[in-house]
Amino acid sequence: MLLIRCPWCGPRDESEFHCGGEAHIVRPLSPDDLSDEQWADYLFMRSNPKGAHRERWYHEAGCRRWFNIERDTLTHEILRIYRIGEAAEDKKRAKAKGKGA
Amino acid sequence: MRYSILSLLGNALRSHRRWPAAWRNPQPKEAYDVVIVGGGGHGLATAYYLAAEHGIKRVAVLEKGWIGGGNTGRNTTIIRSNYLQDQSAHLYEHSLRLYENLSSTLNFNIMLSQRGVLNLAHNEHDLRELSRRVHAIRLNGIDSQILTPDQIKAMVPIINTSPDVRYPVLGASLQRRGGVARHDAVAWGFARAADALGVDIIQNCEVTGIRRGDEGVEGVETTRGYIQANKVGVVVAGHASVLAQMAGFRLPVESHALQALVSEPIKPIHDTVVMSNAVHVYVSQSDKGELVIGAGIDGYNSYAQRGSFRVIEEQMGALLELFPIFSRLKMLRHWAGIVDICPDASPIISKTPVRHLYFNCGWGTGGFKATPGSGHVFAHTIARDEPHPLNAAFNLDRFTGGALVDEHGAAAVAH
Amino acid sequence: MSEQRFRLAQGGRIDRERPLRFTFNGAELTGYAGDTLASALLANGVRLIGRSFKYHRPRGIFAEGVEEPNALVQLGQGASGEPNARATQVELYEGLVAQSQNCWPSVDFDIGAINNRLSFLLPAGFYYKTFMWPKKWWMKYERFIRRAAGLGRAPTGPDPDIYDKRFAHCDVLVIGGGAAGLMAAQAAAKAGARVIIADDRPEPGGRLTGTRTIIDEAPATEWVDRTVADLDDAPEVLRLQRTTALGYYDHNFLTLLERLGDHLPSSARSGDRQIRQRLWKVRAKQVVLATGAHERPLVFRNNDKPGVMLAGAAQAYSNRYAVRPGSGAAVVFTNNDSGWESAIDLADIAGMRVTLVDVRSELSNPRRTLLRRHGIELLAGHAITDVHGNKSVKKVSVAALDDAASGYSGRHRKISCDLVCSSGGWNPAVHLFSQSGGKLSFDDQRGIFIPFESKQPQFCVGACSGTLELGAAILEAREAGKAAAAACGFKKRASAGALPEIEQSEQTPIRLLWSTPSGSGGRARSKHFVDLQNDVTVADVELAAREGYRSVEHLKRYTTTGMGTDQGKTSNVNALALLSQTLDSDIALTGTTTFRPPFVPATFGALAGREVGALSDPIRTTPMHEWHVEKGAVFEDVGQWKRPRYYPLADESMKDAVDRECLAVREAVGILDATTLGKIDIQGRDAAEFLERIYTNNWKKLGIGRGRYGLMCTEDGMVFDDGVTLRLGERHFLMHTTTSNAARVLAWLEEWRQTEWPDLEVYFTSLTEQLATASISGPLARPLLADLAPDIDLDPKAFPFMHWREGKVAEIPARIARISFTGESSFEISTPAGFGRSLWEALIQQGRKYGLTPYGTEAMHVLRAERGFIIVGQETDGTVTPIDIGMASMVSKTKDFIGKRSLSRTDTAREDRKQLVGLLTQSPTEVLPEGAQIVDREGPLPMPMIGHVSSSYYSANLKRSIALALVRAGRSRHGESVVVPLEGRNVSALITAPEFLDPEGSRARS
Repeated sequence: MLLIRCPWCGPRDESEFHCGGEAHIVRPLSPDDLSDEQWADYLFMRSNPKGAHRERWYHEAGCRRWFNIERDTLTHEILRIYRIGEAAEDKKRAKAKGKGA
Repeated sequence: MRYSILSLLGNALRSHRRWPAAWRNPQPKEAYDVVIVGGGGHGLATAYYLAAEHGIKRVAVLEKGWIGGGNTGRNTTIIRSNYLQDQSAHLYEHSLRLYENLSSTLNFNIMLSQRGVLNLAHNEHDLRELSRRVHAIRLNGIDSQILTPDQIKAMVPIINTSPDVRYPVLGASLQRRGGVARHDAVAWGFARAADALGVDIIQNCEVTGIRRGDEGVEGVETTRGYIQANKVGVVVAGHASVLAQMAGFRLPVESHALQALVSEPIKPIHDTVVMSNAVHVYVSQSDKGELVIGAGIDGYNSYAQRGSFRVIEEQMGALLELFPIFSRLKMLRHWAGIVDICPDASPIISKTPVRHLYFNCGWGTGGFKATPGSGHVFAHTIARDEPHPLNAAFNLDRFTGGALVDEHGAAAVAH
Repeated sequence: MSEQRFRLAQGGRIDRERPLRFTFNGAELTGYAGDTLASALLANGVRLIGRSFKYHRPRGIFAEGVEEPNALVQLGQGASGEPNARATQVELYEGLVAQSQNCWPSVDFDIGAINNRLSFLLPAGFYYKTFMWPKKWWMKYERFIRRAAGLGRAPTGPDPDIYDKRFAHCDVLVIGGGAAGLMAAQAAAKAGARVIIADDRPEPGGRLTGTRTIIDEAPATEWVDRTVADLDDAPEVLRLQRTTALGYYDHNFLTLLERLGDHLPSSARSGDRQIRQRLWKVRAKQVVLATGAHERPLVFRNNDKPGVMLAGAAQAYSNRYAVRPGSGAAVVFTNNDSGWESAIDLADIAGMRVTLVDVRSELSNPRRTLLRRHGIELLAGHAITDVHGNKSVKKVSVAALDDAASGYSGRHRKISCDLVCSSGGWNPAVHLFSQSGGKLSFDDQRGIFIPFESKQPQFCVGACSGTLELGAAILEAREAGKAAAAACGFKKRASAGALPEIEQSEQTPIRLLWSTPSGSGGRARSKHFVDLQNDVTVADVELAAREGYRSVEHLKRYTTTGMGTDQGKTSNVNALALLSQTLDSDIALTGTTTFRPPFVPATFGALAGREVGALSDPIRTTPMHEWHVEKGAVFEDVGQWKRPRYYPLADESMKDAVDRECLAVREAVGILDATTLGKIDIQGRDAAEFLERIYTNNWKKLGIGRGRYGLMCTEDGMVFDDGVTLRLGERHFLMHTTTSNAARVLAWLEEWRQTEWPDLEVYFTSLTEQLATASISGPLARPLLADLAPDIDLDPKAFPFMHWREGKVAEIPARIARISFTGESSFEISTPAGFGRSLWEALIQQGRKYGLTPYGTEAMHVLRAERGFIIVGQETDGTVTPIDIGMASMVSKTKDFIGKRSLSRTDTAREDRKQLVGLLTQSPTEVLPEGAQIVDREGPLPMPMIGHVSSSYYSANLKRSIALALVRAGRSRHGESVVVPLEGRNVSALITAPEFLDPEGSRARS
């Protein structure tokens, strides 16, 4: 039972939230220019790491805001909570793949 | 030593001090024809069929912990083949047929109990989907029928079929050949039979890397040293993505905790298997007397084999709606397994971008029922370097072309 | 009334003023308030309680608390019965009824005991080796095996009791109300922390109430009383007795089960809303585990007979309940000092003649003298070699331990006794610590697992951290209480209180002995029980190891050790040690088993709480719901909504009602409660741009005052939802979704807006609950509405199809949209929910002269199918593209939208995908079952299927059956014949276009 610190509402029980899966998967700007393989990579392929995982969460029964969590998938320890648009911790990667503005 | 009435009596007279090991405890060799990564039911079955049907003798199964310790030993032991899509129905039915002879094939009692599996419907949409499924399954040559609430009540008297409950039972499908088996015995039976054919089952041996060359896979790095292999088959359920990463590619799977629980043992009260997707219940009673109950999946990725308590709470509410007389029974333990889920809720049994490296994964919540069938077709895929007709549809390429094998059941009703 | 022959004349924490009558196996007995069922049975000399799981061996009371493996009883009867209740934890109440389990016809004479005679045939794992002949006979054997297995019986009816749940938050949660727990709670409370302390017994004090411990030169219970009074005075402390911590989950979330009614007589439980049990869900900043330790038995031959007991348990029965656990003579078998303490209390308090058999030989003279002073005979360096007696202990054999092959030297001596106590040391109760993710380490010297590394904000104190000595435990607890409070931000505001004074006594180290020798090298230890509940012996453990089941988890699963209702609290460490001994490996390497929640078995009802029956899921109803109920509507569940399915008149059948409703809509006018459709208000500068990206068709040019049908896909190109969206203003839209997808669509829109396109300025608000909608449909809809909305020009030229207007309907503010799902001229009238029923009744009132007929979802389905309109989730199932359902014209070629790229993949672009068609059976009265499969021609099984029937009805308007289907390459097969195989017969049908009526759609536009 995770305790999640919503950036807007503070610490709340997991049951108020919905996990939206891996974060920082950017929708391609020109899908038509992609091969089927490239499109499938965006659509279906996931890193699914054992350990630190950056993922999107939605405060469904609260402020209805999406935000990002970096969480250890083995210990369930929450390593970092940051808003959509904030850089992922890995600065280089954030520049290359950072989502949104 | 073959298990028989004679061997049992003979050993009883010797105070059971002469039983041999069911499988050896070998040191890893330098090289194998095929290395199977993952000593669960699927991996052990694959090794068994490689040796038994494809004559490949230099086979090793590498298990990071103890065999059968993953989802094989954590599931609710339900076996059925009532799947909607043709490809799935054929694959699961193949597995069910192997199951029906498995005790004698392996000379190990896996306690297959074909006591029937009921899938309940609670609204008009459920009923329609159930009907679609039953029609399809029947035309695929698999036993299946629809039951009315009265027929359900006659078969499972303790179920609440009153129309006054929140989501009344409107009907059910029944697969009589469905049932349960002793999950550990499936792993142990395959292990013992594979070992007898010369397969090395190596426990406490974790794969830490997959070595590739120009020609494809060359071997695996393990906690017990490097092991050379002509071919490598990976069948590690929840850890598939971890192994794929070692081989340099990604998979369309995500790992989640799937929870289950058992009650204290009680005298027989529930003689079949009842499943309900709509209110999310599945329950059977083990031979020991425990109610074995499947709960839901946690919504977030996890490798923790530990789930959120709220899933158990929701499960209990749903269970007691269907079986009010269970309310004073007690939960003995609950646990979680790590299941790897594909976008179409169907498995991947496939060649991969790396030559001679094969993956068998994505079984999600339903892998146990497929154990012998999965092993059988995976062994074929590895031995022949091409899929068996039964797993041709379950390749990785389907995610590129879009030919998914959707087994989510239909989306929720909408109007 | 019986006389309680084994009750001591004085002492104990029972209330002798309050005798309680109870029944065990039909015999009427008496105990006292403060007794447990176990202590009351012992007081009455009842030794034989039940039969074991596998061999049906006679079993008695073995322990005193939660760890009891044997004394399980069937409690109560009928619907309020409870199987497998631990007699050691059942508090006695007036009128309690209990019975033995797993025996027939009686616990004294049990047919199942034949298994004991056959036990030489039934070692661990024998099931796997047999019952395979004849082939497939397992199902026959299984019936008998199942009947012999199991323990108690399930209740016979629905539970009469209610259960409760409560959330709680605190700074420091202390688990355990023994010395350590009380001290930690006090220290944390004094620092100012909000504290919850949970203790599983009816009264605090833990083991202190079962011993004669001295604190501050007075009985320890006085210190307990002082400390508890202190805690109870503190405003921020919540003390929960009869409350067991069940599970320790992520982020310091724990579940506690409080037993509120189980100790009350049934008269006090029934009637009022007395809660039986309450589940606490606690989120704590810091947790202090003071869960104590469980005494571990020594393993020796026939150590399972009634009369064999844990030494600490026998001691506690004497002290806490004033019960003499045997009639006269006792043998205490120990390898550590706590057995001495038990022996002394048995001699002094219970007045028994005690022989102390200690495996240790190096014992100091002062200590030997001490025993003599209490009249206890000491056999040092000895062990019990066997226990004699049938249904109760009569004698034991003892011999000196030796390195000889047999393990013994000298002659075996028999000692008469009817109580055998054993102590093999104390296992820290690390269950919760382990559940929390904490790592254990093995202490070789003492043979115990102790907490090593915490993974959560927590402390382990006292016996559960391996600190068995009281003074050290209390000190450790006080420091932990202070530290826990400090970690929550409470710095030393006050002193943590003085440390109590505790007398130190001489100690001799434990001598580990995991099992006594068999007595002769070759003899299997097949009566040396390790797990009493599941009948697992030392021989079974050795057999498992020999057969290759070398992992501790294999051992558990193969032998079932530790898998009983006691979860192996008295057996796990012994089994593990014996396994590693057999394998000649280190216990630390053999590893411990995973401790899984719950700590003790937990009532299903308590886990479900109040979310059963009517409260199992919320019911959503519309403002017009009561009207539907009054008119006798039959409802269907659509998600959480209740929707009228049809409105039968008098004795009308469903078919007649639906036919009548369908005809009324096409011939006159019908009214549907359309409130449940999802409604999402969309506003902002980029609202139109956003819809452009979400829907498959174009939205930017839609004029204000108009509406448009839209289809949305998931990113893999499959139809996800549909509905009409109205443009209310330049930057303002109102989206309609399907009923069950409303929440999902809102989440979907938010997800794309917030995570992918945060640059778009657009906001979403659900209006589903805020608006009530009545849809009137049919040729007379317009004149009906004209009567009630004289200010709105309803002329089709002024108010065309797919437009909306605002105005008053029957003086009620309304928005009217010309949207049609029936194919008839329709007006959807929406009003703030509070006006819903008024609007509806006004329409009904005025509608009488037009023959206005309310219709339900079933008629709606038929009517839309006549027009070939799809229902998402019925014609689509997550594998259907817009093109598959014939909506290629809805798919923009010029813009990108969610899912577009997926439509051009090799499989989704195939021409022969399953496509939406109509199906007409040869016989107009034959209504195909929905879900039926379609084949080209009949043949042997398996038959290749080409599609399925998605919707199928009798159409009263068309006077024949109609069906919609998805058929492979169906669009190019109109006019062809196919076969629908049903059970026992085949139906042939013709493929047609899916529109059966008014294919041009002129009626809706009129």
